[in-house]
Amino acid sequence: MSRDWIIPTVAALALLLLPAVLTPYTQDLVVKVAIYAVFALSLELLVGVTGLVSLGHAAFLGIGAYVTVLASGDSGGSIARVLPLAVLAAAAYAFFVGALSLRTKGVYFIMVTLAFAQMAYFVFHDTKIAGGSDGIFLYAKPTLGALDLDDKRQMYYVVIGTLIAVYALIALLIRARFGHTLAGIRVNEQRMRAAGYATYGYKLAAFVIAGALAGVAGFLLAIKDGAVNPELLSWHESGAVLLMLILGGIGSLRGAVIGAIAFTLLKELFQLEALLGPVAAHWQMTLGFTIIAFVALLPKGLIGLRARLVGARHG
Amino acid sequence: MAELLRATKLTRRFGGLTAVDGVTIGLHVGEVHAVIGTNGAGKSTLINMLSGELPASDGTIEFDGHDIGGWSQPRRARAGVGRSYQRTTIFPSFSVLENCRLSAQAALPRAWAVWESAQRCTRSLDAAHRALAAAGLADAATRPAGLLSHGGQRQLEIAMCLATNPRVLLLDEPLAGMGAEETSRMLALLAELKREHAVLLVEHDMDAVFRIADRITVMVNGAVIASDVPERIRTNPEVQVAYLGDEH
Amino acid sequence: MDLPTFLVQCLNAVQYGLLLFLVASGLTLIFGIMGVINLAHGSFYMIGAYMAFALAPYFGDWYLTKLLVGIALSAVFGFVLEWVFFSFLYQREHLQQVLMTYGLILVFEEARSLLVGNDVHGVATPSWLAGGFELGGLMSYPWYRVFASIACVIVALGLYFVVNRTRLGMMIRAGASNRDMARGLGIDIKLLYRIVFAGGVALAALAGMIAAPLSSVYPGMGGSVLIICFVVVVIGGIGSITGALIASLLVGFVDTFGKVFFAEYSGVGVYLLMAVILVWRPEGLMKRAY
Repeated sequence: MSRDWIIPTVAALALLLLPAVLTPYTQDLVVKVAIYAVFALSLELLVGVTGLVSLGHAAFLGIGAYVTVLASGDSGGSIARVLPLAVLAAAAYAFFVGALSLRTKGVYFIMVTLAFAQMAYFVFHDTKIAGGSDGIFLYAKPTLGALDLDDKRQMYYVVIGTLIAVYALIALLIRARFGHTLAGIRVNEQRMRAAGYATYGYKLAAFVIAGALAGVAGFLLAIKDGAVNPELLSWHESGAVLLMLILGGIGSLRGAVIGAIAFTLLKELFQLEALLGPVAAHWQMTLGFTIIAFVALLPKGLIGLRARLVGARHG
Repeated sequence: MAELLRATKLTRRFGGLTAVDGVTIGLHVGEVHAVIGTNGAGKSTLINMLSGELPASDGTIEFDGHDIGGWSQPRRARAGVGRSYQRTTIFPSFSVLENCRLSAQAALPRAWAVWESAQRCTRSLDAAHRALAAAGLADAATRPAGLLSHGGQRQLEIAMCLATNPRVLLLDEPLAGMGAEETSRMLALLAELKREHAVLLVEHDMDAVFRIADRITVMVNGAVIASDVPERIRTNPEVQVAYLGDEH
Repeated sequence: MDLPTFLVQCLNAVQYGLLLFLVASGLTLIFGIMGVINLAHGSFYMIGAYMAFALAPYFGDWYLTKLLVGIALSAVFGFVLEWVFFSFLYQREHLQQVLMTYGLILVFEEARSLLVGNDVHGVATPSWLAGGFELGGLMSYPWYRVFASIACVIVALGLYFVVNRTRLGMMIRAGASNRDMARGLGIDIKLLYRIVFAGGVALAALAGMIAAPLSSVYPGMGGSVLIICFVVVVIGGIGSITGALIASLLVGFVDTFGKVFFAEYSGVGVYLLMAVILVWRPEGLMKRAY
């Protein structure tokens, strides 16, 4: 069992040492991917561990991001105040959405989570709470002691550190009784109820934790981009993070991270005129076909592909 | 012989159809109480109401002095009402041991202790080993549950029920699909279990029922037509006509 | 609010609800019978609207003809789409269906972008439906909206008739409740599914065509109608056409009057309605009709 820690630890160390060799552009890309990896990991807890397919997870990313900007105000404020506020806001909405949507199952659940995300989208898009459809700018980044997030190097370490921490946290949750309960609910909820588990409560807890972690990703995203807009809560964003999970392979934390990397790289790739010429302008179609082909042929994702190749060698 | 669970005039209606009609039944420790009846007699509905999966339209259910009619299934399970299912509901991708350990874990407090590894949880592991030993599955502990034979899976079904340390066992056709040898093993297990539990057995296998039951309740069209010791059930004319057929 | 304004809003609510019903009934039929959750359903609505725009120069005032042609074209499109794509989705898990149909949306959106661009377009109402009738002196209610409502009612009645009173409808309902039994009775399930799917697409596209002169034709229209349809289906209950009708009208009223009373927060109203229903009746207002 302890062998499972080797690869993630090596990867973490590599990430921490990377800035020495990266150009500013690639360092920026790594930060972006890492933030999306946190987002994907948060959804993995819901989809991969508990078996709840949520199509509205972007709402919590967006709320975390918006509250970060709103709470930073004109002077930035302290991370010790802004981050908890962002996470709390995301968790609060997750509690509301979870409490209601978990009264449904299967396809209903998918539709209801999507609808509630759309509700949040409309609040930010239509009302004057936060700049409407244009979004708002982050005037000053929050600080903590000597930590200056305007410094790209420091921002890099903060993001990578958060990724490592979130990965470790979810791994611990999975290993604990709580995680085993969620897995049982995923495989056979009826049997869990027969054994005495109040499954609704566990599912709601997972939903809120996932929402809170997505809020963390939102906090990082707002600081990195220096601005937020309602499209962060759009269903395209919710679809994208689900896509990351299936690209990497549902059912493993590594899959979530790999999926985030793969998705971001694919998007960049499809938009490269140098590679694809005129097709690059219509990258959405390329992405669309790729998604269809990928899900049709590799439903277990990239991790599943590796397993199949390994199995073929040993089989 | 304490009466542990009592259902009084339990009724369940689905629109115009009355699936269970005023059933009164009592379960005692030390006794295997079998419920038999033709298909559609309401046995599954009855067991679902006792376990808490289906609310009753009418009637009361008392367990250990409490009125549990309004209790959810998880709550009843934690209080000691365990059940096994007719269609095997194990976790096929987990090991046999983990199947039981997870069931046993339900009763443990401090579910939020996230820093403790579940696989090192001695209380649930001990309970699981005990349940597996009682069900005769101790050798298969590390195998994936999905790879067990059908009979083995039915045994696991019972083991998972035992792992929660129940006082009442609601068993829904545990012998379904079993061969003669497996059936004998299961009946021996039930004979062991009844010493400290109250057992409700819904079954179709008449020979098995008459071998193991201390009391038999016969249901037809949702209502109880007879409830007595096996010898008197065998000779009861109404039962013979309605259910056993005239050959007996 | 004075009476004429109130009446106008009621009429608007009903008209919006009825249009929604057309789209939602297709969605709920396809899910109820084939068990496929189709995110691209909103795209059919969008395709219908853009079709109305593209065909307008060729048909001028021959509006009903244009609608019929549009229905035929979209039914054929739906038939082929089921054959080459959707028939492979039935056995898959919901998550895979969600993602594959999401990929389909991207393809449709980009295809539309290639064929007709990304501009917002207006579609003119036919001249014989121009203008409106007087309502209390100051207000006039457009004839086109009346036409839209009536068209939807006719389609709804037709749908009810087909599903409940024809052999096809009987086969649909049989196929919904028991696939194997239906197959045993000699019903060609594959063809049946193809027809149902084509019907669902045609319904959504027709709604888009009718809506085009009212709401204009713009790139995001598929997405917005899709999510509202999901709300309708959740409120009404999956697989129930009657439920979809009741829910569509409810949504129509909440949305229309919400805009009047709550201005910028009106977008939220429909989702709050859904939240209330979830607290009260999570399975939807009507259980499965079949």
